[in-house]
Amino acid sequence: MAMIKTVPKTIYHANSFCPGCGHGIVIRLIAEVLEELGHADDAICALAVGCSCLVNRSLAVDRLQCAHGRAAACAAGIKRTRPGNTVFTYQGDGDALSIGFSETVYAAMRNENITAIIVNNGVYGMTGGQASPATLIGQKTVTTVNGRGQDSGVPIDIIKQLSQFDSVAYLARGSLQDAANILKTKQYLKKAFEAQLACRGYSCVEILSPCPTNWHLQPVEAMKRIADEVTAVYPIGVFKEGKS
Amino acid sequence: MKKLMKGNVALAEAAIRAGCRMFAGYPITPQSEILEYLSSRMAEVGGQFVQTESELAGISMVMGAAACGQRAMTSSSGPGFTLKQEGISYLSSAELPAVIVDVMRYGIGLGDIILGQADYFQATRGGGHGGYCLPVLAPSSVQENADLVYRAFDVAEKYRTPVIVLSDAAIGQMCGAVELPPFRDHDIDQFDWTLKGRDEAHPNGRTMTDRMYYDFGYLEYDEHIRDRYNEMKEKEQAWEEWEAEDAEFLLVSYGISSRVCKEAVKLARAEGIRLGLIRPIAVWPFPQKAFDRFNGTVKGYLAVEMNAMGQMVEDVVLAARGKTPVYSMATGRVIADSEDVVRVVKDILAGKKEVF
Amino acid sequence: MTMEFVFAGFGGQGVLTAGMVLAYAGAEKDLDVTWIPSYGAEMRGGTANCTVKLSQEEVASPFPKRLDVLVAMNEPSLVKFAPSVKPGGHIVANSSVIRNIPEVPGVEVHAVAVNDIAAAAGNPRSANLCALGAAVACAGGMITLEEVENGMRGYFTKIKDHSGNLEIMRSGYRAVKP
Repeated sequence: MAMIKTVPKTIYHANSFCPGCGHGIVIRLIAEVLEELGHADDAICALAVGCSCLVNRSLAVDRLQCAHGRAAACAAGIKRTRPGNTVFTYQGDGDALSIGFSETVYAAMRNENITAIIVNNGVYGMTGGQASPATLIGQKTVTTVNGRGQDSGVPIDIIKQLSQFDSVAYLARGSLQDAANILKTKQYLKKAFEAQLACRGYSCVEILSPCPTNWHLQPVEAMKRIADEVTAVYPIGVFKEGKS
Repeated sequence: MKKLMKGNVALAEAAIRAGCRMFAGYPITPQSEILEYLSSRMAEVGGQFVQTESELAGISMVMGAAACGQRAMTSSSGPGFTLKQEGISYLSSAELPAVIVDVMRYGIGLGDIILGQADYFQATRGGGHGGYCLPVLAPSSVQENADLVYRAFDVAEKYRTPVIVLSDAAIGQMCGAVELPPFRDHDIDQFDWTLKGRDEAHPNGRTMTDRMYYDFGYLEYDEHIRDRYNEMKEKEQAWEEWEAEDAEFLLVSYGISSRVCKEAVKLARAEGIRLGLIRPIAVWPFPQKAFDRFNGTVKGYLAVEMNAMGQMVEDVVLAARGKTPVYSMATGRVIADSEDVVRVVKDILAGKKEVF
Repeated sequence: MTMEFVFAGFGGQGVLTAGMVLAYAGAEKDLDVTWIPSYGAEMRGGTANCTVKLSQEEVASPFPKRLDVLVAMNEPSLVKFAPSVKPGGHIVANSSVIRNIPEVPGVEVHAVAVNDIAAAAGNPRSANLCALGAAVACAGGMITLEEVENGMRGYFTKIKDHSGNLEIMRSGYRAVKP
């Protein structure tokens, strides 16, 4: 049977990300999930700084632009004011894992009833591809020109960090490397939002996403790199799933 | 009936009565009683209290709540107030109302927990990046700690701007007789602009970000900013004149130092010196209108404040418009002594002190 | 008119509380009131003092300047603040602790053995309230013993039976005004 896919109405404008970027896919997944759950109208997004800012120009939900790294704290303020709304962060790895590490971890520690969506492409995209906490060992960036070495640290696993809290409701890591994983990621997002809707507390989905521009790869090669290299460091799957 | 209350507690309770239902803060002396008091008081009124992991998270949580229409507040002092600046700039760019309390202490860097008035520049000059302004209210008594935080929420909503309450360790730690303001209900849904989920008027969702991007043309924004802050400058000046009408010389002082200046005025008048005081209640906008009444007619202004180099004195120089000489008495780590103030005034009148 | 009181002593002698009760009573009387502490480096064992001002008009500075009443619970406090007491003012000196209480020209010095009085009444920890009673006896018409008694009942909300404390305070009052 033929399947007709239309743009969800929660995408109000074509995105302006680079060709081959994963952000557009993530935005679409969020839009689809919110619509399927019937919560697009009450959704409020705490938006990070970086390429995430461009979400402002396409995702049709109420949005607050937060300071760099502070999206989880802002989201907590939003949810605590409007507990009946569906509240999520949209952040990159630089925002959530580096400058906002503390806000990310403490939102989980307090078991804020929010959903954190962290798009991990291993670089600071907006500022020109500098190394991020998620840059792989050996990966060349404009601030690790000879490849990231041990002296600049090792990749941070945020899901592991958040797993220390028994109280959190849902933790998963998905990937955009191929259609099957994109669909799986969508299910993760859905589970995460469902956890929030059931008031079960904090949920987080980290999404491995390509940045062809700053990886200096063709889009298809970038997807292959996720499958071959990135998932070896950042395994995909569900890491915590409380009772529903 | 009046009640004896500690300054910090009076401020916290007045915030509750103003309808504040979100407080997010971090411990630091000498403001911790605000945090401690609200930790239990918020729950009693069904509000939200969070002791955050940092001042950065605190001001950000306040921003999230403010974006949703809540009356939200955070408080800090000295080093912590520095960390609040990031959020204050963001609140200013998105034009969100919120109240930030700085219970000032003394010193640079870590500084000291003792009383001081060291954060004047940071509060009044747009302590964060980008060149914003914001109303800064400076209480000088326990009663004003209550009254001005209460007023701050209204001013914040009137202009959609963060407002700073610039209190200090002495006012925060002292007790005074207070008449608390009445309880007010705050409806978080009263404003259309607040985040609450998209609706017919906002089918694409509300975009709450730096207003520069979506609400103004490239060249219109600066004009908007000028209009916005000039309106506040015109309408939000607030000051007290104390024995000023017939004064030959005026002290200028705010907060705890102004209390000592009032005593100095009494001492000087007992000796036949017609001394008076201008006490800015809002230190931004600075009370230019008060100075315009006296410029060129009094012999001088002496700015009395509790920091090492003099900070407010620069505003007094601007307000004097070159028509009246301005002198500085920056008392550093020690609160001014009223007799010393009178002595300095006498020196000035005898031509023995340099202008600032 | 404004009256200035300083309560000074070692940390732990209850000087801050004594001042607070007086301030509380003043506020209940609708006076303008300030109470401001000055701690030593340590919470206990260091020096502590507080300044209380009561006024029918607005209190200007809350800091000590020209004292109407000094309550000195120990010798260092007496040495430190006695010169600030204004002519015609009063000093309540704790003669249980201070051995040599000097004459101060132009100032009425009342030697009151507050520790002994409180101990004899079976509550040595209430010496501060005995001193407060003595201070109230020096307050002229600004505030009465009865008003401070009411203030004490209102301030110590967790105490059910105030009779012991009230009696000690009255003893201090009578030591100055028999």
